[in-house]
Amino acid sequence: MPTILESLNTALLRTMDADDRVYVLGEDILDPYGGAFKVTRGLSTKYPGRVLTTPISEAAIVGVANGMAMRGLRPVAEIMFGDFVTLIADQLVNHAAKFNWMYNSKVKVPIVIRTPMGGRRGYGPTHSQSLEKMFMGVPGLKVVAPNTLGDPGQLLESAIADDDPVLFVEHKLLYTRSLLEPDQGDLIDFEVHESGGTYPNFILHIPNHVPQFTLATYGYNFELARAAVLNLLMEYEIFTEIVLFSQLSPFNLEALFESLQRTHKLLTVEEGTLSLGWGAELAARAAEKVNGLMIRRVAALDLPIANTKSLEQSILPSLQDITSAALRLTDR
Amino acid sequence: MCLRYNVYDMVTHYALYKTMLLIRRFEERLLIEFGTGKLTGTTHVCIGQEADAAGVLSAIDPEDVIFSNHRCHGHLLAYGGDPYHLAAELMGKSTGLVGGRGGSQHIQWHNFYSNGIQGGIMPIAAGMALAEKALQTGKIALAFIGDGTLGEGVLYESLNLASLWKLPLFVVLENNHYAQTTPVEISLAGSMAGRFTAFDIPVWELESSDVLEIHSIATKTVDFVRSSGGPGCLILHTYRFAAHSKGDDTRSPDELERIRVFDPLSIHGKRLTTEQRDDLEGEVRVIIDNAFNRAGSDPYPTLPPENMMENTDLLNPDS
Repeated sequence: MPTILESLNTALLRTMDADDRVYVLGEDILDPYGGAFKVTRGLSTKYPGRVLTTPISEAAIVGVANGMAMRGLRPVAEIMFGDFVTLIADQLVNHAAKFNWMYNSKVKVPIVIRTPMGGRRGYGPTHSQSLEKMFMGVPGLKVVAPNTLGDPGQLLESAIADDDPVLFVEHKLLYTRSLLEPDQGDLIDFEVHESGGTYPNFILHIPNHVPQFTLATYGYNFELARAAVLNLLMEYEIFTEIVLFSQLSPFNLEALFESLQRTHKLLTVEEGTLSLGWGAELAARAAEKVNGLMIRRVAALDLPIANTKSLEQSILPSLQDITSAALRLTDR
Repeated sequence: MCLRYNVYDMVTHYALYKTMLLIRRFEERLLIEFGTGKLTGTTHVCIGQEADAAGVLSAIDPEDVIFSNHRCHGHLLAYGGDPYHLAAELMGKSTGLVGGRGGSQHIQWHNFYSNGIQGGIMPIAAGMALAEKALQTGKIALAFIGDGTLGEGVLYESLNLASLWKLPLFVVLENNHYAQTTPVEISLAGSMAGRFTAFDIPVWELESSDVLEIHSIATKTVDFVRSSGGPGCLILHTYRFAAHSKGDDTRSPDELERIRVFDPLSIHGKRLTTEQRDDLEGEVRVIIDNAFNRAGSDPYPTLPPENMMENTDLLNPDS
């Protein structure tokens, strides 16, 4: 199976080949370097006129992409590190996300902003964060995150074809991971249901067993969650349903509600900081919908992410954190 | 009634005067309507600066792309926007340019856009210029900024890219000497033109409220942008007679009196006969009366069902 990196890279090549309106812009994306994480490798060699390497000007990169999109192109902008999205907040919140509705649906802004988020690589406080929660709940903006279960390349192609602006959040640790093979390896114990739609959600269910709780997560943290869930199964005979999100904002909570009707117990797992996070909103929505719900959240501590590994590991959610939270949630 | 100008016909004394008069009387009327309660919220009028709008927009092609700012009514009217739909937008009516969703600072019509955030329109206008160039439409993109915009960092990112990538971007900087209440002397270091020439963007600069002079220099800048395919800047030193928005003018009565000599209507009005000016007053009065009266009786918008559904679901979680 291809890696996430290969999947995203070939998707970019495919869309640039299929559609002359697709442009890619960002910092250090030209070959032979091909971008800080190599997602854009090969693009500038094949499509030199449509791959624009930029100065260090994140706000202008996204602003220019907005203007291109409003006048008929399909720009894909790369922000080298997700931490730098603070620099593009005005262009996303007050421009891209507003224009369609504010101009009474007369204007479309079909941009995709791709950016690597996440820690666990020792990059320290300003190159390790998961800041996507700052952009969730912004009306008019979609936040999408690939994972190893869906097809990341297809997800990116869908984002490029989307008439709305999309913030496409790629966790750094996913790039080298391979896509999961159905009914193989980690998936051998699971039945996978896909929700359908442009950015599908997934329910992973262990057949012939009543699930004891529902674990909701997205992106790379699905890797940790999966390991924790398999551990809970082997060590404690606790059966879990995983609801894996591809579209983080706006919500489609049907799969989650469906699972919670069975379990009435929710564990959310994310790498952003705990307070006022994705899990908090998910929990609130679920509590409004499902009676007698019990909730636990696993997320990063409300601290900057330290450079040294010992501290970084304590600050970011771990396999053990997920296991402990699950045991508390299931009264074990 | 839909009022459309052919910009090529505007290049006459008569048409330019009419454009400026329409803008002036339209904005005087909207300020009055704040008093009657027909308009609420906020607005930014360009009374005193009408020659910029009329002179610049008569120099561009009707299909060129315009991105204006918070002070955009004059630009829209000079571009050919319909006073009725603009009045309706200001009143928040469903017949407004954007159905009442945007209001004074956030309008869109044809290839005209405006937004109420300082500086943010600059990279977008650059991106629009890039798209027009890539798609070989022959259109240029025009961004209207002010002296206050020079404080925003993204402006300089945009100038760098526009010059580096040779984008057909026409920047019109209207220096009305005040950012809200702050005089330019205490907010700006260095020279205005130097900010553009530092990026090798040629600058045309004019200290005048004479619409013919503005039209003439704007034509030169537009010609340069269109023929070179690269960016050009026009700095217009101008005077705003009214407050920044409604009641926030801290300037002295003396100063307000002194700048009256720069009234573009008086300056250009001398080229018309009294009879011509009176005729135009009558014509413009009818247009504006019709616009405001018709808009006044239009309905207010309601949220479309697709926007209501999510809220309804939240209010009735078990539904």
